[in-house]
Amino acid sequence: MIEAIRLTKDYDDFRAVDAVSLDVPAGAVLVLLGPNGAGKTTIVRMLTSVLTPTEGSARVAGFDVVTHAADVRAHVGVLTEQHGLYERMKAVEYLDFFGQVYHMPADLRRKRSLDLMDRFGLTFALNKPLGEYSKGMKQKLALVRAMLHDPPVLLLDEPTSAMDPQSARLVRDAIVDMQRDQRTFLITTHNLAEAQHLASAIAIIRKGRIIASGTFEDLARQFVGDPLMELRVQGELNGLASEMSDLVTVEDEGANWLRYRVARPVETNPRLLQRLIGQGVPVVSLAPLSQTLEDVYLQVVEEDEAKGGDRDEHLR
Amino acid sequence: MTNISVSGPAIPVSLERSSLGVTLRNAMIITRREVRDSLRDWRIIGPILALTFFFPFIAQFFANQLTGFVANYGASIIADRSIPFLLMIVGFFPISISLVIALETFVGEKERRTLEPLLSTPLTNTELYVGKSVAAMIPPLLASYGGMSVYLMSLVLGSLQWRPPGGLVVQIVLLTTVQALVMVTGAVVISSQTTSTRSANLLASFIIIPMAGMIWLESAIMFLAPDAESPNGIGALWAIIAGMSVVVLLLLRLGNSVFNREELLGRQIDSIDLRRWFRRVWRQVRAVGGKGLPATSPWGWYRHSVPASLGRLKGAAGVTALVFLAALIAGVVIGLQPQWRLPLPQGASLTHTAGGIGDASALVFGSGGALSIVMQNWRILALASLLAVFSFGSMALVITPMVYLVIGYVMTQFALAGYNPALLVPALAVHGIIEIPVILVATACALKLGAVITRPPKRQTVGQAWTVAFSDAVKLWLGIILPGLVLAALIETCVTPAVVQALLGG
Repeated sequence: MIEAIRLTKDYDDFRAVDAVSLDVPAGAVLVLLGPNGAGKTTIVRMLTSVLTPTEGSARVAGFDVVTHAADVRAHVGVLTEQHGLYERMKAVEYLDFFGQVYHMPADLRRKRSLDLMDRFGLTFALNKPLGEYSKGMKQKLALVRAMLHDPPVLLLDEPTSAMDPQSARLVRDAIVDMQRDQRTFLITTHNLAEAQHLASAIAIIRKGRIIASGTFEDLARQFVGDPLMELRVQGELNGLASEMSDLVTVEDEGANWLRYRVARPVETNPRLLQRLIGQGVPVVSLAPLSQTLEDVYLQVVEEDEAKGGDRDEHLR
Repeated sequence: MTNISVSGPAIPVSLERSSLGVTLRNAMIITRREVRDSLRDWRIIGPILALTFFFPFIAQFFANQLTGFVANYGASIIADRSIPFLLMIVGFFPISISLVIALETFVGEKERRTLEPLLSTPLTNTELYVGKSVAAMIPPLLASYGGMSVYLMSLVLGSLQWRPPGGLVVQIVLLTTVQALVMVTGAVVISSQTTSTRSANLLASFIIIPMAGMIWLESAIMFLAPDAESPNGIGALWAIIAGMSVVVLLLLRLGNSVFNREELLGRQIDSIDLRRWFRRVWRQVRAVGGKGLPATSPWGWYRHSVPASLGRLKGAAGVTALVFLAALIAGVVIGLQPQWRLPLPQGASLTHTAGGIGDASALVFGSGGALSIVMQNWRILALASLLAVFSFGSMALVITPMVYLVIGYVMTQFALAGYNPALLVPALAVHGIIEIPVILVATACALKLGAVITRPPKRQTVGQAWTVAFSDAVKLWLGIILPGLVLAALIETCVTPAVVQALLGG
């Protein structure tokens, strides 16, 4: 649904995006992670046909972003970095205006507006001037605007950055629901927990280049190693670590616990437990030690810096 | 890459395109919103109401007082001419607000970051541009027409019982409208090139000052024109209306080309880095081929780089050649008019004039010979280039073609006096074979420098397109125009007189 091949954007001598390739199928959520100024917003703008790529090509919802710009924009819902609401308008007028721009019939734009405002808990503010909205309300309304014409592709720049936890949850739930309806998302965020929760795939971008991409599990395996498990037993370990070494790689151990890495926990852990129970080892618990996206992200960036990605490659 | 199956949106989005009706309908969506927004802003509504309903009465009161005063001195003509002048002022004041709204509409939106959601919709650049421009014009124009109506009513119903000449009223309404259009279209250009209302307001003086000058000129015409009482209106004002309409068309074209998403979002700060810009120009001047690699030898540069720039000039050169031809024909046509005919001696022998050729050259070009000719040509071409930049290229097609108009005229006078006009050919052709193409290239460069901003090539911003045009102009001046002018001048001073003398038998 989103396909980009070596997408590049230059501003004079400055290369903002450098040969970025993406392939996001329908119903997937791609999360773009990266520091400020990494080129995320420029990618979103090129995929919305607002900026023209200097090199490379992209198709969104089947339309080329350069030759069919209006079609791309008609099939995309965009939440921009700045919400950009007209503060003298009321929500009902604001959504009606955007509904007209998308050529939605009057009754349909009214119905969609009411449904979405209700979903995001904004019905009470339908007739309030937008200047009186709180920051979180404005962000939710901008999201309603992006979803109003029910586009197959949604490009969301920091969708929950200004929201309280409850509102952020509402938005995440809405994204998951729409994903089930085969809507495709490209989300940029600094909220790593949210990214981990929503992402079908993650791309980490730095200085205009994608430096790592894949599912969270792939990235975690690639950059911080196999999943880490913790086994606790009653009493002493009594040389248990060496007995397990044919199945797993023990990383650390204490008096009554040990941590090991395992490539395929689903297959290996039951065998390991069977063996321990067969040997009469009193197992208290076996649990994965959570690897967070933050660990992965920091590791990816650190490795890129070590490889020399920190030099100013932004300049052509 | 995998094949992508396109699932359409749940709500069908109609994308009817490419008809004027659709463009206008979509533009009106923007206009309605913008006008409603403007009418909610007391900073706009307050002045509009005051200028519509209050200022006309002040003007009418002033007209009354003036009429009474000048009548005491038998100078009622001053009052008669002041009344339509005040009508124009009553109409002009509200439209000055259109400038404020236009600047606010575009750069204000950029500043408030409300533009990007709009740019992410399927509306085309033209729809956005037209919608916003019309929105900037509607409230002030309505106020202007309202103010003029109130003023006229107060005159007709008041003690003055003045009946306005229909032609003049129509002229003033049209003048007011084109002035509003000029200001709004100009403001669009300014606001799309700036990133803050502050800088836009500063640059707006480039509109306000010429418009103020125009109002002075119009006022003077209304007071002094010999046809001020004509029922068909004042001729000079019709000319101004026509001229300003052309300016509007050029500004509309320019505005439409600069009002694009790339320009609006790509520009983040107003900064000038002249050193960097000159470096880029110099790089392009030396560049050979599409990758912009510098030429390794002058021969390579002449062989690859100069022809590439000439190729980019094809369109402008074609237009210039046609205008030169038209100027030549116009010279002939003017020369045929009896009132413009020169009293040349009929059928006289030209042999005795041959000896004076050298003196005539010295008289025209001074004693500097070739250098004077080069300087003279350089001055004209440089002036044409400079003025072309500020006139969308039009002045390039006014200044240099004048020479061909004169040639056409002189040739006609020659023929009418019974001489063979072919005698002039060697006097022009010997050096002209170099000079004419060189002047054509220089004029085409000037035309492109001014015109390229009204329609930059696809995928190029106005700034990029102008930089390329400027680099091409520098390259062609260095590679063709200056050497060509020097060579032509040397031929003109050393060879042409000898050839002409030989032909005339002197």
